[in-house]
Amino acid sequence: MRVIAAMSGGVDSAVAAARAVDAGHDVIGIHLALSRNPQSYRTGARGCCSIEDAGDARRAADVLGIPFYVWDLSERFHADVVEDFLSEYAAGRTPNPCVRCNERIKFEAVLDRAVALGFDAVVTGHYARLATGADGTVELHRAVDPGKDQSYVLGVLTQEQLRHSMFPLGDTPKEQVRAEAARRGLAVADKPDSHDICFIADGDTAGFLHRELGSRPGTLVDTDGEPVGSHDGAYAFTVGQRRGLRLGRPAPDGKPRYVLDIEPVSGTVTVGPREALEVRRLEGTGVSWCIGATPAEGIDGSVQLRAHGAVHPATATVLGDRLVVDLHEPASGVAPGQSVVVYDGTRVVGSATIASSAA
Amino acid sequence: MSTTPTVAYLDHAATTPMVAEVVAVLTDQLSRAGNPSSLHGSGRAARRVVEESRESIAKSLGARPSDVVFTSGGTEADNLAVHGIFAARRDADPRRTRILTPAIEHHAVLDTVEWLATHAGAKVDYVAVDAAGRLDLDDLRRRLDADPDDVALVTCMWANNEVGTAQPIAEIVAAAHAHGIPVHSDAVQAVGHLPVDFEAVELDAMTVTAHKLGGPVGVGALLVRREIEVAPLLHGGGQERQIRSGTLATAAIAAFAAAVDLAVRRQPDQARRLENLRADLVRRTQAAVPEIVVNGDPKPGPEHRLPGIAHLSFPGCEGDSLLMLLDAQGVECSTGSACTAGVPEASHVLLAMGQDDVTARGSLRFSLGHSSTAADVDALIEALPGAYERARAAGLTGVGGRNA
Repeated sequence: MRVIAAMSGGVDSAVAAARAVDAGHDVIGIHLALSRNPQSYRTGARGCCSIEDAGDARRAADVLGIPFYVWDLSERFHADVVEDFLSEYAAGRTPNPCVRCNERIKFEAVLDRAVALGFDAVVTGHYARLATGADGTVELHRAVDPGKDQSYVLGVLTQEQLRHSMFPLGDTPKEQVRAEAARRGLAVADKPDSHDICFIADGDTAGFLHRELGSRPGTLVDTDGEPVGSHDGAYAFTVGQRRGLRLGRPAPDGKPRYVLDIEPVSGTVTVGPREALEVRRLEGTGVSWCIGATPAEGIDGSVQLRAHGAVHPATATVLGDRLVVDLHEPASGVAPGQSVVVYDGTRVVGSATIASSAA
Repeated sequence: MSTTPTVAYLDHAATTPMVAEVVAVLTDQLSRAGNPSSLHGSGRAARRVVEESRESIAKSLGARPSDVVFTSGGTEADNLAVHGIFAARRDADPRRTRILTPAIEHHAVLDTVEWLATHAGAKVDYVAVDAAGRLDLDDLRRRLDADPDDVALVTCMWANNEVGTAQPIAEIVAAAHAHGIPVHSDAVQAVGHLPVDFEAVELDAMTVTAHKLGGPVGVGALLVRREIEVAPLLHGGGQERQIRSGTLATAAIAAFAAAVDLAVRRQPDQARRLENLRADLVRRTQAAVPEIVVNGDPKPGPEHRLPGIAHLSFPGCEGDSLLMLLDAQGVECSTGSACTAGVPEASHVLLAMGQDDVTARGSLRFSLGHSSTAADVDALIEALPGAYERARAAGLTGVGGRNA
């Protein structure tokens, strides 16, 4: 097959590309330029957008002996990921920009362009496994390395997108990937993992939001509606957050308080005890199915509610254009805007964006 | 897919292969010992090579040997000219802070000018260009007349590196000299392709580089008249008229001189040959892809454009998609611009010529040189239609929704 290897400049995508070459595919390396002004995004070794990363990707492609190009996706990235990130926070939700980037950039803008240019697939360094079922359906499964599993951020992919995807690292623990990179002579073998949001250069999400969204003062109230503090912007809070609330006085019971609810229009942020965070049911919108079709009946499986989060046994049911998830045990700190990804064992069934939750 | 072997190299304006005679001179000189600034026999022998090279280059380009200041290449020469003349002129009269230049210059000039504006109090005054990319002389005269006393210098390239349009250098010089203002020209693309005579057009400073005319990368020169004050950029031993320091690269300079000599002597025949090849390329490309638009000056001849550059816009395509598909077939060209991150940006030249961002990003430069043959054009014509169709299909995906 003719495949595009999306090369971030990190070790994972370099080894993924190398494995695609070994498998006999015609591979072309592509680095995605996500900002017209790379200095405005993180520079150094930890991001995915810097000039240095483009250079690392180029060097890895040299070592693999494959052609290499930079694709400018800065406009799409800004419109589909950064703007979405800001408007979600402004609406009181907590978005996952990596999910959006996979959905709209890597497996839509890049994949569409690749297919139009005559390529069969996009290969990435995501830790997830693909398998073909008896009926020809492409199944997305968790990676064997539970610490690195990234099936959560891929849960938004459709069957059509999965058919044009290759994840060669899903069966390998990270340490083996690093060792393989070193063995292959790839200089990125010991490059640190990236964890933060690539378009927030200094890692200070609250500061970024404040710069972009401006000051929007509001009040922190307790569950009785009594004011307990003030803030400069409700967007700085996430449901389940405990630190940095800067509450004027301690709770009567002396126990820590958590963000329970964010009302973006009035800017009111409700705080309360940990118990009040417990959620047994949640609803999601923007439902998408990896399995090719909407399942006819409810799925008795498990859900994951944030990247690298816990696995919660649950039953997921389709209700019109919404996904209703009943958790078998209560979960805590479920933030609207995050993805709920539904699993059947290790297999990803589908995902939705958490809209609301209830105890 | 390993990188495809080169079938057609159509990027001579980026760099052109060294000619065999120059390789011979370079390799012959590489083992020479002796610093041209040393006082002993080896030093004198090396100095002799440098000075003979200087005389040869001066003769080829219509300059005096003492005008030639060797540099590491075109970028350094452009920086030295713009920075050095600006600083010297402003030191002589603090009112002189304005730099007149068209917005189609190479980044070696544009970024230097912008740096001076940000860090050294320069005022950049961009002179208009027409739709073909040629400096508007009336606009230049208006800007000069507005306040000639505050102008530090005028800088305008001899011929544009992207679309190939030749500039009216003699007229520019006449307009500036009427006010006693010095003029620099980046002639990197012109030498070897157009007749270039430094003294005939009365330029004050002119940039030349070896690797665009069959010499090695890493050596070039600023021709600058003795009367022009130039503040140095590189400080040190003062080897080149106290304007430029650094041990002279004897072997590279000898090769540079050999390349200039050959390129200038061969220029008339070369220009005729490349003009015919280019006409063939454009005609057959238009036949294969009727939608294309040819940018720059359509007329041939040294006052119009470089003979070997064809700059084409492909409606509905991303230039970099097309480049990649051609590259996969061993046909090598350029989007005509590149930045440090390797991020393809819309050409500032096309934007200055009044084209929109989408058209500018859908353009490719095919540039011919001494080793180009009809077979190169054949290879392009064979690869282009299929690549164009695919690139156009991909160009249309830019606004698409989700895959179902």
